[in-house]
Amino acid sequence: MTQHSTRTATPEVSPEARFAPRATPETQPYWDATAAGRLDLPRCRPCDQVFFYPRSSCPQCGSTDLEWVTCSGKGLLHTYVVSHRPAPGFPVPTVIAVVELEEGPRMMTNLVDADPETLELDMPVEVRFEQRTGAAVPVFAPVPENAGKESA
Amino acid sequence: MGREVVIMGAAETDIGKLPTTSTLELHLEGARRALADANLTKDQVDGIASVSVPGPIQVSHALGITPTYVDGTGVGGSSFLFHVRHATAAIKAGYADVVLITHGESGRSRVGAPPYPRANDSVMAQFEMPYGIVGPPTSFTVPARRFLHETDNTLEQLAEVAVAQRRWAARNPRATFRDEVTVDDVLGAKMIADPFTLLMCCLVTDGGGALVVASREFAEAHGSDKPLVHILGTGEAATTPLISQMEDMTRCKQFTLSSQAAFKESGTSTADIDHLMIYDAFAHVPLYGLEDMGFVGRGESGAFIADGHTSPGGRLPMNTNGGGMSYTHTGMYGMFAIQESVRQLRGEAAAQVDDVSTSLVLGNGGMFMSAATLILANQP
Repeated sequence: MTQHSTRTATPEVSPEARFAPRATPETQPYWDATAAGRLDLPRCRPCDQVFFYPRSSCPQCGSTDLEWVTCSGKGLLHTYVVSHRPAPGFPVPTVIAVVELEEGPRMMTNLVDADPETLELDMPVEVRFEQRTGAAVPVFAPVPENAGKESA
Repeated sequence: MGREVVIMGAAETDIGKLPTTSTLELHLEGARRALADANLTKDQVDGIASVSVPGPIQVSHALGITPTYVDGTGVGGSSFLFHVRHATAAIKAGYADVVLITHGESGRSRVGAPPYPRANDSVMAQFEMPYGIVGPPTSFTVPARRFLHETDNTLEQLAEVAVAQRRWAARNPRATFRDEVTVDDVLGAKMIADPFTLLMCCLVTDGGGALVVASREFAEAHGSDKPLVHILGTGEAATTPLISQMEDMTRCKQFTLSSQAAFKESGTSTADIDHLMIYDAFAHVPLYGLEDMGFVGRGESGAFIADGHTSPGGRLPMNTNGGGMSYTHTGMYGMFAIQESVRQLRGEAAAQVDDVSTSLVLGNGGMFMSAATLILANQP
């Protein structure tokens, strides 16, 4: 049971009812990876930049010499709002956030398993995957305080 | 140097809640009123510009105009500023003499309005919409917390933006909300997307308007006796369609780029601007605008507004119609920002400011996606 689900204000809160994205051919590897529990992004071989969102050339140097790399799934909470607007399948409130990945890119996401009152900018977060209809969507949760000790 | 270009006609439709008027009809009514304002007939128009829905061809056909210059630039609420810029270039180049720019949007009543896009495989659908985003209030607002954090502007100062604009709206009988509010009222209003309350968000209304842009020589030969509004300088820029991909979430690059281009072309600087319109879809946008265009230093915009400098009697009157938060906001508000600058320069605004000779309009499009700047004046 997550904290955000205990704040449920609507009866139909369910990840399966939430907006489900559909891949295009060039983004298919991204969504295949999330389904397997990985956050994969394209990396430009010539300039060594990992970028978001997946596309067919590097936004920095223009090269099409790309490879998919698996990100650590760790990042920092860059900014957020606490939405009180009803959205299908979502609890009210929901934290809509931008996370800065360890590899550099930023992405829109939800912050889950967190009390909105306790959030701080630049706090460490880590990826999780939320199953929607036909896609697993990357969301983030605060890194538990003792996580460093456990993994050391 | 090409020909000098002016706005020779400008008008708005009725605004507010118009459940019996379609999107197309709002365009047409705006067009007819603007042509009447310019003392022109439809047959004197050779260029048309409008956003993608219902589109410039539908609008011109319905009016009975066969344009030989067509601009369908649709880059959000700033589009009408882009249209003015493109029309200025076309008229200078001799591609058109008289360009009619129309806006109409049944934003509230949704009569003859396009449905919200529901594709689930667009880039935005794949990478932003899965997160409970239900329109601009839950996404345009996302950068603001970072902005406050890095600039030391405060939440109370964010609320002051809404307070200042309501002071102007209180002087404008056409404004939707006219009762003055306090910072406590703003912060205590219904929470929408924390830290944004309802009073920090724009209205959702129906309405339209149009502009007639022409060469100065044409306007002087054929126009009405309304004062001409001279287009001194313009700029445009675009960055990201996804707000999460802003290069820096605390700066709007296209506000800087488009305003620098407009200042350079017009040979003016911030010190020359008597009156300012900054598209205020949400309360943080004018703060970004003031800082990114260089009217104030980094982190100084909140105090500047809180100290009353943009309020009635202040030294830089801003959003003097009440803005998108208190006057009207159909969805693509840019047309209304231009209209207020034209009224101020003509001396016919509801809340008229003394001695306005140069006005700057900054239009935002999408959610920090595109921007254009116009510098307008009552003298060449």
